[in-house]
Amino acid sequence: MVDMTAEGAAYSVAEPPSRMKILNRLRLTDTAFYWLTRLAAIGVLIILGGAIVALIDGSMLALREFGFSFLYTAHWNPVTEKFGAIAPIYGTLVTSLIAMLIAVPIGLMIAVFLTELCPASLRRPIGIAIELLAGIPSIIYGIWGLFVFAPFLQRTVQPFLIDVFGPIPVLSTIFAGPPYGIGMLTAGLILAIMVLPFITSISRDVFESVPPVLKEAAYGVGCTTWEVVRYVVLPYTRVGVIGGVMLGLGRALGETMAVTFVIGNAHRISASTLAPGTTISATIANEFTEAVGDLYSSSLVALGLILFVITFIVLAIARYMLMRLERKAA
Amino acid sequence: MPRKEWPFGRKVDCSIHRKALSMKLSTLALTAAVALTGAASSALAAEISGAGATFPYPIYAKWADAYKKETGIGLNYQSIGSGGGIKQIKARTVTFGASDAPLTGKDLDETGLVQFPMVMGGIVPVVNLEGIKPGQIVLDGPTLAKIYLGDITKWDDAAIQKLNANVKLPSTAIAIVHRSDGSGTTYNFAYYLADVSADWKSKVGVNTSLQWPVGIGAKGNEGVANNVANTKGAIGYVEYAYALQNKLTHTRMINKAGKAVEPTSEAFQAAAANANWKSKPGYGVILANQPGDASWPMTAATWILLYKQPQDAAVTGEALRFFAWSFDKGDKFADELHYVPMPDNVVKDIKATWASEIKDKSGKAVYQVTN
Repeated sequence: MVDMTAEGAAYSVAEPPSRMKILNRLRLTDTAFYWLTRLAAIGVLIILGGAIVALIDGSMLALREFGFSFLYTAHWNPVTEKFGAIAPIYGTLVTSLIAMLIAVPIGLMIAVFLTELCPASLRRPIGIAIELLAGIPSIIYGIWGLFVFAPFLQRTVQPFLIDVFGPIPVLSTIFAGPPYGIGMLTAGLILAIMVLPFITSISRDVFESVPPVLKEAAYGVGCTTWEVVRYVVLPYTRVGVIGGVMLGLGRALGETMAVTFVIGNAHRISASTLAPGTTISATIANEFTEAVGDLYSSSLVALGLILFVITFIVLAIARYMLMRLERKAA
Repeated sequence: MPRKEWPFGRKVDCSIHRKALSMKLSTLALTAAVALTGAASSALAAEISGAGATFPYPIYAKWADAYKKETGIGLNYQSIGSGGGIKQIKARTVTFGASDAPLTGKDLDETGLVQFPMVMGGIVPVVNLEGIKPGQIVLDGPTLAKIYLGDITKWDDAAIQKLNANVKLPSTAIAIVHRSDGSGTTYNFAYYLADVSADWKSKVGVNTSLQWPVGIGAKGNEGVANNVANTKGAIGYVEYAYALQNKLTHTRMINKAGKAVEPTSEAFQAAAANANWKSKPGYGVILANQPGDASWPMTAATWILLYKQPQDAAVTGEALRFFAWSFDKGDKFADELHYVPMPDNVVKDIKATWASEIKDKSGKAVYQVTN
């Protein structure tokens, strides 16, 4: 017993400083951890800021030379060094629009099928197939598009579209002209395939997050599957679905290699989606290596800046839409 | 009763261990770094670096490979494009730059660069017309320019039919295919069209990329070849090697002397032999539309750029010995890859230029003519 107290006393004498030390050390690791995570977050901001500064700095020459006319003129003449960005902007928006018009409904339908209707044995194979689509590198899509898909479209789909819509006023201009096989429609279709997995897998994940009790209640009061999806699942998951759509749109806007192969790379604005066009990223990828002359390089960087701004606007619109939806719901 | 042993007491030991470990690691890193810099500096002495044009990349790589086997001296060539090559040599980050478009005499004087042609190739129009065999139809420069300007839109146009009186041409629309990426091939093609057509000169002009009035842009020679192969009624222009590899239907061309010629190595070499290389500083002669009965009108050379007073004369000397070896012994590799070697008389002049113009800091010539 005496032994014990003696030992206990010695212990208590030695203890306070070491406990302080330990608490200090714990506090230190906590602070270090805080700063580490904070630095990582700040790092992203610095990189983003650096990219903006570099883009603005690089495009200064072109923007000073052409001013606002850079945004709305269609010249792209490396010989006389007259540059305008409207043709690539138009191509970027049109191809992305085609891609989203196709990929959003199909992607959502696949996701609904997988979560609501699919027999359990099919769920995994289809899910894995969708995710594999996302894993294919874009150059493969490009080569496949050029060698397989474009000739197929040229022989079958495009002549069909031209014939069917020929007599109809507006549609005849949208599907006019010789079937080249490559062009804005082909690029849009390839993009649709490429963004489909993003939209599908994110929608599927958020659809699965709907509490079963909500769906069961809806089914219980006699809702059809369509009504459950329309009035329970979609309203509950709209934030996630819009997020998935925006991620897909972001990829469609910036996709380079696959588009370069199949869009036809012509700096022209055509009403027909079968005509060749170009996008911002395809133009940069095509022309940057051999762009001799400061104004030419600077104009290409300015294109990059415009793409950056477009992406920013798209994200801002998405945020705004979400905010409005939430306000309406509240 | 609290336990006697304080679990954190061991930490002190641990940190000592760690300190020792980190010291060990840092010495290790130091030795590694020393070893690496040693390796790097010894590698630098035996490594020539170059950057630029993509068109000659296959043959430069082939020569470099063969040269390394023979001498142990390696070449690191980055095919980043002519524009990039010019920028890199101006920034002195490489031993030599390579460009498909020659610099002007003024540029060369301002920058202190020496320029010479290294190897040549031929540009060939290719078509996709049912029932037409390679070389069966013939075109001339003005007609080709009109096709690419969009003035001629059908294959049975009177201008084409006149040149091919005994061939039945279909009435299909002409689908024009051009390069979408900036390219020396485009530069030389446009130079030829501007030489034969005033309209082309004023409306389109000459550069590595152009504002094309009509047509589809395809990436690279292989892209053009593929689009022509896939599209009925298409016409495109590719490097000779790609026309052969893809078994495309090439056309013959009517040259400056008014003769119809087949695209062959001999026809490309004839254009080079007939050219007046001394007429432009830095041998900057574009081989389009050269005189001579046998000359192919769309022959193209590619150039090397070096400093007259290099910072590292030893490496530049190595580079010149590599180029000399390529001129002397590289012809068979060039033939294999369907490039065209420079004619001997031009090579002799180029070597004389090296000997007289490229000097080290003490003013001694970096390269001596041996044969």
